[in-house]
Amino acid sequence: MSASTLDKTQKAGMFRRMVLCRKFEERVYYLFLEGRLPGTVHQSAGQEASAVGVCSALVEGDVITSTHRPHSHAIARGLPVKSLMAELFAKSTGCCRGKGGSMHLGDLALGMLPAIAIVGGGIPLATGQALAFQYLGRKNIAACFFGDGAANIGTFHEAINMGAIWNLPVVYICENNKYGASTSVDKVMKVEHVSERAAAYGIPGVTVDGNDVEAVHRAMWSATERARTGSGPTLLELETYRFSGHSRSDPGHYRPQEEVAAWKQRDPVALYEKALTDQGILTEEEARQIHDSVEKELEEAVKFAEESPSPAAEDCLSDVFA
Amino acid sequence: MSLPETQIPAAEASARKLTMVEALREALSEEMRRDERVILLGEDIGIAGGFGGAFTVTLGLAEEFGHRRVVDTPISEAAIAGVAAGAAAGGLRPVADVQYGDFLFIAMDQLANQAAKLRYMSGGKISVPMVMRAPVGATTRGSQHGQSLEAFFTHVPGLKVACPSNPYDGKGLLKTAIRDDNPVIFFEHKLLYGSKGARKEAGGIEVLGHVPEKEYLIPFGQAKIARPGRDITIVANLLMVHRSLQAARILAERGIEAEVIDVRTLVPFDWDAVAESARRTRKLMIVEEDNLTGGWGAEVAARIGDICFGHLDAPIRRVAAPDTPVPFAPVMERFYIPSTDTIVATAQELVSSY
Repeated sequence: MSASTLDKTQKAGMFRRMVLCRKFEERVYYLFLEGRLPGTVHQSAGQEASAVGVCSALVEGDVITSTHRPHSHAIARGLPVKSLMAELFAKSTGCCRGKGGSMHLGDLALGMLPAIAIVGGGIPLATGQALAFQYLGRKNIAACFFGDGAANIGTFHEAINMGAIWNLPVVYICENNKYGASTSVDKVMKVEHVSERAAAYGIPGVTVDGNDVEAVHRAMWSATERARTGSGPTLLELETYRFSGHSRSDPGHYRPQEEVAAWKQRDPVALYEKALTDQGILTEEEARQIHDSVEKELEEAVKFAEESPSPAAEDCLSDVFA
Repeated sequence: MSLPETQIPAAEASARKLTMVEALREALSEEMRRDERVILLGEDIGIAGGFGGAFTVTLGLAEEFGHRRVVDTPISEAAIAGVAAGAAAGGLRPVADVQYGDFLFIAMDQLANQAAKLRYMSGGKISVPMVMRAPVGATTRGSQHGQSLEAFFTHVPGLKVACPSNPYDGKGLLKTAIRDDNPVIFFEHKLLYGSKGARKEAGGIEVLGHVPEKEYLIPFGQAKIARPGRDITIVANLLMVHRSLQAARILAERGIEAEVIDVRTLVPFDWDAVAESARRTRKLMIVEEDNLTGGWGAEVAARIGDICFGHLDAPIRRVAAPDTPVPFAPVMERFYIPSTDTIVATAQELVSSY
């Protein structure tokens, strides 16, 4: 579903994806509190417009790379929610058959490399995917998600420079949610916008309201057009905010209450619901039906995950080598 | 994929002799002609008027295959490794290159966390068919251009590790590495390249070797008995195979017949060949240029000590570099790298004392 101008079906579809991302994270939060999921989790509530806006500009065969915070990216890219939930439940029906977990969600056949949980680690991989697309003469692109924290690691510089000099079909997407774990971006970056760094590589750098899904879609659409036509990468900075802490155990005391409250006023899911109903694109009834159908889908996903078999313990020994 | 061993032409089947550099270059060009998906990535590998990589291995390949397939990169080792891994996951078969193995530390995250683990983390859905070529070995270049790095990579599940000691193996193993569906770290010893002639640091080692014109591959995980013997088994790789063979000749003059095994690949490792030999000779020593502590030889000693316990008449001995960085001064470097004399003395002590 990609176009520079969105029709009603596309907008409703994007809204549903955003609701799915949000409610997925809410479910996961409670499942963790109830002790039903192992490990830890890095949640992305508040960043749905970024994930969905970016992925709504992609086509079949495009590949995204993601980070330790990949749930919304995977949902936005269209991976089956059942397979994502099952992976969080560490079941053999999960998208990584229980070997990945929350931080490595993905399925390359469906357009998502397993998420890379080393900050900045996915930037060279996305660049390599793009090199393969270019070399093989495919019209596909790589969309590389990373956070503001990754803008300060070496692979950001090395890989974006390579993407730039070779005009690779890749879009580098910095989800600037203002904090790398507990560290404010202001403390660790002298420039105001990550996108300013694009100048160092001779590529366009664009900063967009990452909580406005249609603005993200438009910016991503332009970047993909540029990438697909051989003009090279764009560094797209999406300003957004995570509503949760960094990880499961983080209450987020380092963030001023007023700041959190201000961003919650700009909740991307609520904003888009209001915009669509105000514009008469969705009736309140249709919006309610979307919420209900998402709840039902998640209910089924949790049931599927819970009823799925665990991998055998000795399955840990396979898949090391091809 | 590979021929049965009986169908692999023996090195001596051909009168033609090549250097390691020529053999590796031939492997690259044959595989590039055979498979359009094979590309080369590295620093200074295809620049017109340049040197074909730090040791001339890729010289002339850009002329034949063009810059689309022989891709010169910025000095960005992390991205070279990661781009290779990403391109491999995307359907290519990249052969990436660092000028000195020491620089692999810059690329370590991409190799150990991404390339090695993508298949596993994806539940077996992804293959990463890439080769990372890396020159190793001390050659009076000091601490940051002379390390032996094999152990760092043998420790990472998901990486294969090859380490040829001669042009014949170099060509056959590199072709196998390129066709392998896993990431392979391919170590080349700088004193065995032959690109600068027979260097005196190599200690008079013959750098030319028989390489048949007929195509062949050498399977991974098959060690080679470089010299048969009955009294003691010496396991070695890279340059140390040659030092061990020199030592074996000296030992033979003293009535000791040493069997020298060239491991050829460290991952997978030919445990059967080493165990069989150790059971037969009842004495085992390992020679490596890496630092002693935690080297690959330690793993061989531990495993063979375990599976051959009742068959051994002597402790397993390792001859390795001391636990220091690689020194610069030639007098210190000669002391640092296991010498033929040390190998002879260690073997003699094991044979005569037990």
